This record gives sequence, structure tokens and C-alpha cells, in this order.
Amino acid sequence: MKLSGAQIILECLGREGTEIIFGLPGGATLPLYDCLPSYPQIKHVLVRHEQCAAHAADGYARVTGKVGVCFATSGPGATNLVTGIANACMDSVPIVAITGQVVTWLIGRDGFQEADITGITLPITKHNYLVLDVDDLGHTVKEAFHIARTGRPGPVLIDVPRDVMQQQTEFHYPEELDLQSYRPTTEGHPTQVRKAAQLIAESDRPVILAGHGVILSRAFDELRALAEKAHIPVIATLLGLSCFPGSHPLFMGMPGMHGMYWNNIAISESDLIIGIGMRFDDRVTGRLKDFAPHAKVIHIDIDPAEIGKNVKPTVPIVGDVKNVLAALTERVEPARHDAWLEHIDTLRRDHPSILIPENDKLLPQFVIKKIYELAGPDAYFVTSVGQHQMWAAQFFWGDKPNSFVTSGGLGTMGFDIPAAMGVQFARPKDLVWSITGDGSFQMTLQELATIVEHELPIKFAIINNGYLGMVRQWQTMFYDNRLVSTREFSPDFVRLAEAFGLVGLRVTERAQVESAVQKAIDHPGPVLIDFQVDQEENIYPMVPPGASLSETVDQPKIEAPAPPRRERDKVRP
Amino acid sequence: MKTTKHTIVALVENKPGVLNRIASKWRQRGFNIESLAVGHSEIPGLSRMTFVVDGATTDVEQVTKQLYKVIEVVKMSDLTEENMVARELALIKVSASPASRSAVVMVVDIFRADIIDVSPESVIVEVTGVEEKIDAIIEMLRPYGIRELVRTGRVAMTRGAAPTVEGAEGARPTRFRPAGEGKPRVGSLL
Repeated sequence: MKLSGAQIILECLGREGTEIIFGLPGGATLPLYDCLPSYPQIKHVLVRHEQCAAHAADGYARVTGKVGVCFATSGPGATNLVTGIANACMDSVPIVAITGQVVTWLIGRDGFQEADITGITLPITKHNYLVLDVDDLGHTVKEAFHIARTGRPGPVLIDVPRDVMQQQTEFHYPEELDLQSYRPTTEGHPTQVRKAAQLIAESDRPVILAGHGVILSRAFDELRALAEKAHIPVIATLLGLSCFPGSHPLFMGMPGMHGMYWNNIAISESDLIIGIGMRFDDRVTGRLKDFAPHAKVIHIDIDPAEIGKNVKPTVPIVGDVKNVLAALTERVEPARHDAWLEHIDTLRRDHPSILIPENDKLLPQFVIKKIYELAGPDAYFVTSVGQHQMWAAQFFWGDKPNSFVTSGGLGTMGFDIPAAMGVQFARPKDLVWSITGDGSFQMTLQELATIVEHELPIKFAIINNGYLGMVRQWQTMFYDNRLVSTREFSPDFVRLAEAFGLVGLRVTERAQVESAVQKAIDHPGPVLIDFQVDQEENIYPMVPPGASLSETVDQPKIEAPAPPRRERDKVRP
Repeated sequence: MKTTKHTIVALVENKPGVLNRIASKWRQRGFNIESLAVGHSEIPGLSRMTFVVDGATTDVEQVTKQLYKVIEVVKMSDLTEENMVARELALIKVSASPASRSAVVMVVDIFRADIIDVSPESVIVEVTGVEEKIDAIIEMLRPYGIRELVRTGRVAMTRGAAPTVEGAEGARPTRFRPAGEGKPRVGSLL
């Protein structure tokens, strides 16, 4: 049967099980969109900006474990995807981006809306393709999905010129793939697993650092089995949050720059670090040369290039976290580390890290904690980037696996709205909270239109402190309180919400928080709450930049009176 | 940190953009490629690249691992510690008037190089060898006036019967037909 290139793409997407595409059409993708109605099993969601198509596919992929798909046209459409693709790449999220390209005879001639998107995305994709022959198309799409989903997942981009979409060819779906140059190792080497079990048996003060890899390989049960059998406390990185039940006595919360004090000290005192599906990011390790000075390191990761990149492991194990943990759990001896856990508990009692100050101010921590309390056990939480993200992470102690979605590696402000959209499409019946800041929210708020159009009942909590809070905190702490371009004018978010067709609520006092949150949860449609929180609150604990984890500042000493402000830019009233 | 020159050989699928991908990885991780030679290998559809980069062993190892992640890279190997032969070829256009020509020829003979073109005012010398030898002949010819110089960059192979790139025996031609075969394509071979 002869099919056009566009039909081949959609045919392949259908066979890969794609149910939803986020995208925005343009000249170069017209043939593709023209064929869409013949594939009713594939839903297309029209976004308002292509960056959000990539983020939405990203959010969808994180929650479902399937490959997220987004479409964009050539030139500006494709370049708008770049941030979203880079975000997925840093956080190892499987997405396939299909972009239109100018017709083949115009490539390289600066045609209208031409951009060399394969060149541009080279360093931020796992792989990318420019398909110049319709006969290569089926194979390419199949390969793209395979590469995106297997090994260490990541984004793959396929650039298809318009004329290739229009050419007809005999379609054969390649049932099998054999990529000689791409064969990820999924089983841990038995010798290494044995060595790791040996190290665990010899350790008195072990800790597990669990990362996104645990979630990506859906190794929740395996991680729990290992932690319980060998009695090891579990610390989850930002992207590892929700990989382990928050109420479990072995769960310790987050480490790192704004992590729990006790975790940073425990890591510094530990004699064995078991890094699982994580990459020893600088926000986790602090000053690298003083990271865990007494510890041997077991590093389990599917990507061999992560082994030894930042921290040199004593025992590296390359393989899929799920398989390796299963093998390792079988090998380890049951053990108890009561004294060690008791010690961490003492640290925790002495430095509670996430106590909310008792005062009448509307504090962001209070708001976020309240949302967690009222949202119930089945909710999903999506955050943007900045102070609110760190508070959201610190106070997240939920039990539901894979229920915390955030932009970790790239730290993309504006991630939350489109990602929450992807999450809600993936889980239409569940409650989705998007916790965001006033700065982040204004980066992608045009997607509220998409959300209302599709009646997605997402609840937005804007932690509105009138600043780009995280940057303001750094200016306060490390730049002598010279606040430059961090004070931010915001629109009236309540009226903005109403203009888009959401319900808008404003909260200015502690006493209003509970009823507003409850009202949002009870309302069947999307709701936005503008929490006008205390503007000066800083996020603690904090590892000052360049310091080691052992130098974590749990809470600020009695605050010196703030020096007078020198605001450079006046904000409109 | 102590750095050494590393000779790295890669077998890659011969498809558009491969060179760009690999060069981009080196750049991303902050390396300068000192020399690079690319050409067909004994396996149809696979090209062989030889890089010389200067760097600490751990850094080079890290980039090599990152390079392995480039989908088109079939095999890679760092030959630095291996028993290998490495050669470079240079073409040197030297001024050679009737008066100085015999002196130039003498230098060429000493280095067992060849003269492959001659004109009333110049000769082109072809010389093969390790980098030091080529550096040496360039120095010897410099007084006569070097008009043009081109060097290929190092190519290398391990000694003995074993293949240079471990595991390359099993490598097969590319998944699709090799780039440029059949229909006209946009973009060059590499």
C-alpha cells in the first residue's frame, strides 16, 4: 500500500501507542495535520507556544512512562521547542519531537522559516534525524521511539521536510530493530553486584541516594525491598522524590543545597553511599572534593558515562536500576543499622530544617504544607522553578509513587503550567496541583487558554511574593542586598484567571488558606489561587554555593536588621 | 593536571552529520582536537576516524564514554597505551631555484621523502612518518622558503594480527543504505 510521508509518520505513531500529541501547526507541517483526522485514536492538543508542547509531552511522559510526542513547524516553531527539549534531555525524559522542515531543495538556502534544527538540537537531544528520503521515514520513527525509551531515556527529534511528507512510497512497518551501535546494558554485572553486596555488608553507616532513575525504571518495590532488607536510610534527590514512600521510617527526604540538614550531615558522616539512578549533580554534592569524605561509593546507573563523571565510585554497576536492585537485594544479607538511624534521628530532632515559624505572616511554607495536607493521597504535584519549588520539594512527604513532577536538571521556569497539562491529560481523573511562583507563572501563562479549552481541572497555587524569589535571596545573601531586576510587577492574577475562564481566588491571610484550597479542590474545573505570601522569606537549610555539605546552614542565625534597600528599578504600583 | 596526547580511533556509521556530532562532543567537554583524519574503513558503510587530543586521562575517558553515546559510533578505542604504529603525511611546496634545488633534494633524500612535482621555481615534497619526523623536515626545508604546507593528521593502527578496534570484526554495513548512495542527498558525506 502506498502512503505519503505524513501518513507514514502517523501510522508509526499509532503503532507506537501514541494517544496524544501536543503541537502547533505551520506551513511545513501542513501535510501532517492534513492527515490527522484519519487517525482518530490520536488526539492532538493545540498549544499556544511550542515550548509548552515539549513540556506537556515531558509531563505526560514522566507520569505514564510512555514516550511523549510533540509537533512543531519549521524555523521558529522548531526553535521554540528547544527549551523543552533541553529540559527533557537534562532530566532523561523520553519524548519524540517531530518538526517540519522547508522543502529539500530549499534546505541550506535560508528558505522562509528555515532553521537548522538538527544542528541546533545536536547537544540537547539523545539523537536526532533529518529525513531526506521518504523511504527512510518509517524506520526512522521506529528507531526514534526505541532510542527515546530505552537505556537512559531522552528526547529524540525528527526533522521532516514538507516535500518528504508529501512523497508517496510503499509502507512497510519495520517490526524489528537492530542497532549495532546502540545496545544499552540492562543487567548489572554479577561480579559487581556481588562486590556491592559485600560493601553493604561491611558498612555501618550506609545511605541510599535515590534519583530519577528509580522512577524512570519503575523500581519502587525493588528499592523498598533493598532498603528494608539491609535497613538503609533512603535519601531522594529532587527528581527522586516520590520514588519511596514519604511516610516510611527509612525515608529521609531530600539532600543537597536546600535539602534536609540531617541528610547533608549524614552523607558527610556516612561510610557507604549507594547512588541509584542519580548523577551526583553539583546541587546534591556541594563542593565535590569534600563530598562524603569517609564513604565508599556504589554507583548504579544505566548510563556508563555517568560512572565516574563527578564522583569516582568504588563499585560501579551499569544496568537498569530495576534489574540491578532486584539482583542486589537477593545478594545482600539482612541487617540492622539502628545506631546509625538513631544518630540521624538525633540530628533531625536537633535541626528540624522544615519547621514553619510561628507568626501571623502568610508564609509560603505554610501554604504549600496546607495544600499537601488537603490534596489527599492520590494527587499529583507539579512545580516550576525557584523558591516555591524548593519549599514544595522540602515539604513533599507523599506516598504515591511518581507523583512529584518538577524540572530538575535544567531548572526551567515556566515548566509547571504545560507539564501539569501533560500530567492532567495522562491522569484525567486525578487531582493535579501546580505549585508555581509569580515569576515562573508569567513565563507560560498563555497555556491557560489550552487548559480551559480542554476543561482540565488543574489547580494552580501561585506563591506570589512579588519577586523572582530565588534570585532575590541570592542578591540578599551574596550581593549585599543589592536588589537588581528581581522586584517584579504582576498582573491581577484573579482577574487574569477570570479572563481565561478559570476561577480565581486571592489569599492574603493565614486564616483564608484552608478554605481557599478546599474550595479549589471541590470546584470541578481549573482554579487559580493567588497566595500573596510574605515577600522576604528565604529558603533554608542552605549549602552556600561552593561550600561542602558539612557546612549546611540549617536556619539563619538571629537575623541582622536588613540594610536599606537600593532598588534600581521601580515597579509600577 | 597532567595531560598527555591521546590517539583515539572510532568506527562510525557513514551518515550525514556524524563528524559534526563527534566534534561537537569534544567541544562541549572543552577539548581541542589537535588532529583528525577521516576516511573509509575496511567495512563498507563504516568510516574510521583517528583523533589526537590533549588531555588528562580521566577527562579523555569521560569524553570517550560520552562519544559512545552518539548513536552512530559503532566502536571506539584509545590507542595511547597500545603498541601501535602512527603515521602522518605532509605535502610541502618549497621554493627551489636551480641554485638551491640540489640542496633541497638532499634534505628530501635524508628523510626518505619524495619529490612529486617540480617546476622552475619550486618542488612539492611528499613525506610520511611520525609527527616529529615531519616537524624535522619542515624545519630543514624552512630556510629554502616554504610556500605551502598541508598535513593529514595522524592515522594509527595497533601492531600484530589483532584488530585495532576491539569487536569491530562483527560490525556490519549500516542500517540503511550508505549515505549518498542511490538518490541525491542534501549535505555532504560527513
